[in-house]
Amino acid sequence: MQEQMRIRAKELLTGGAVQRVLGWKKGDFPYNPEPAFFTTECELDDLVYDRFCAANLSGYMVEANKEDGKTLVFLKPCDTYSFNQLTKEHRVSRDKAWIIGVGCEGNAAVEEMQETGLLERCKVCTKTEHKVFDELIGEDVKTREEGDRFEQVSDIEKMPPDERFDFWQGQLSRCIRCNACRNVCPACNCRKCVFDSGKYDTEQKANVTTFEEQMFHIIRAYHVAGRCTDCSECSRVCPQGIDLHLLNRKVIKDVNELYGEFQAGNDVETPGPLTDYDADSDADPSVVYERG
Amino acid sequence: MLKIARENLPALFAAIADTAALYLPIRKGAVNYAQWSDGADVDLDTLKTIASPKDFFLPQSETLYTAALAGNKIQLEAEPFVDEPFVVFGVKGCDVRGIEILDKVYLSDPVDRFYEARREKGTIVSMACAEPQATCFCKSFGVDAANPAGDVVTWMADGNLFWEAQTEKGKKLTEMLSNLLTSAERSPVSSQQKDIRQKIDTLPYSVGLPLDQFKSERLLELFDAPQWDSLYRTCLACGTCTFICPTCQCYDIKDFNTGTCVKRYRCWDSCMYSDFTLMAHGNPRKTQKERFRQRFMHKLVYYPDKNDGEYSCVGCGRCVNKCPASLNIVKVIKSLGVNADV
Repeated sequence: MQEQMRIRAKELLTGGAVQRVLGWKKGDFPYNPEPAFFTTECELDDLVYDRFCAANLSGYMVEANKEDGKTLVFLKPCDTYSFNQLTKEHRVSRDKAWIIGVGCEGNAAVEEMQETGLLERCKVCTKTEHKVFDELIGEDVKTREEGDRFEQVSDIEKMPPDERFDFWQGQLSRCIRCNACRNVCPACNCRKCVFDSGKYDTEQKANVTTFEEQMFHIIRAYHVAGRCTDCSECSRVCPQGIDLHLLNRKVIKDVNELYGEFQAGNDVETPGPLTDYDADSDADPSVVYERG
Repeated sequence: MLKIARENLPALFAAIADTAALYLPIRKGAVNYAQWSDGADVDLDTLKTIASPKDFFLPQSETLYTAALAGNKIQLEAEPFVDEPFVVFGVKGCDVRGIEILDKVYLSDPVDRFYEARREKGTIVSMACAEPQATCFCKSFGVDAANPAGDVVTWMADGNLFWEAQTEKGKKLTEMLSNLLTSAERSPVSSQQKDIRQKIDTLPYSVGLPLDQFKSERLLELFDAPQWDSLYRTCLACGTCTFICPTCQCYDIKDFNTGTCVKRYRCWDSCMYSDFTLMAHGNPRKTQKERFRQRFMHKLVYYPDKNDGEYSCVGCGRCVNKCPASLNIVKVIKSLGVNADV
């Protein structure tokens, strides 16, 4: 499959159909291939694709979109949801991308150089189809295990408030505000993040108090509400191993319950539930207050 | 050489904590340095804490002074220096070297008094790395993981913690613990040291990094190297590498409006951030390429140029482990070292 990808990428690049290739480049160790832009045929000999190629490349297309010509990008099924969402938000244009959908066997979780099984997102994977592509290479392997992705959210919802607070405090107090979660997130695509702007008091380079630290993640979860595709890149890259995807899943669960099932990035046409509120047919906002 | 049985360590920790705040690697979801209290899940087996222990001396955020309105005057109140003794236990050789690198910046003229106070009050108990990992490359930067610096150095071997004071501060701590420590043979330590050094010699990054290419005579050549154009391309511009790094030392000074007063604080800065070195006139480093380059030029060229050739990387490998885009200093060293005209 990797060989097929290299051959096809070389064809498209040398044929002039695309000006660059966005894929994964061989790392020093098996576990650390890096996202990379390839611009020459010989560089493409270093293109790799295996279970360690977990990085969702959609977000890089925002920058690639500003360059001349087309960019060939390899997307796993779940990555295509992010690409659709970016298209819908006019952050990438479909005609500047040549998308090769690649089959996915699930991504490896890595801890201290050791493969520790599948990433959590792959264990609850429901995104087995490429939602946008020009061509496909390779087959998908089912990685979903028993259980659904909202199980842990439901468990947390059932906790008494104090226990729930302790749970999140235990998680979020580890945050070092490195912004990896924000910067890797395809939905966090504001040109200037409110947390980086010197114009407002919101700029916080340091977590002056735990209050600031905790607010950051909640604000981020709300900013991506209805737009988060649940790619879980935030949790994958967090150096402290904080289960950030749980915050997003809680919001997704609420959105589903209040406005009906919705999967961000499923297509580029369906209006988002939070940008398409209809007073007659949608839930009364007071429902949120009642739920506490 | 002294020792204490591993199972008696809680008593040792309690004795230290009686006289000073004790910080050591504790598992709370992840393993980080945290203050010891009875029942804490101490983890001395995990080789690397996620963040380095540098923030005991250079905190991620610290208030410098507070300004408040008193009538029609502004009242300034300086933040007091740290005045209580503390002990950081279990610091690995790379991280001790990291603190020595900070010393050269913060203790040279003009001396940073906040940092100096913490260094005076803090005692470092280091620990040799019984099981170095594939991402370790401390040897490339001249750190001996089998014999780390520190006020006291320890080795965990044969079910005992071996203990040796190396400085006056270390001797003072040792005296205080004399009823818990017993004298010991050096041989288990010597054999562990041999074992560690052998293991390190087999690690992929331990030998052969083309570091000799990074010298101040080549500053402009390295600065203008074409490799930077591709190296930075998939950097996410997050601050993970800089915030977990034991030697990253840049800070920013900002005001925090509490509503009733203004706290002027300093916090870690990251050259990866878009507002790094942003000044009233603009930013001399406008693109991510320039910011990315700054990080590595600082560690491999600028700092050594000012400090007798000593690099400001200690080879702890945290960035190798944690960069979300799998970029790291080793990849940069290899890339820039390869095409050099020797």
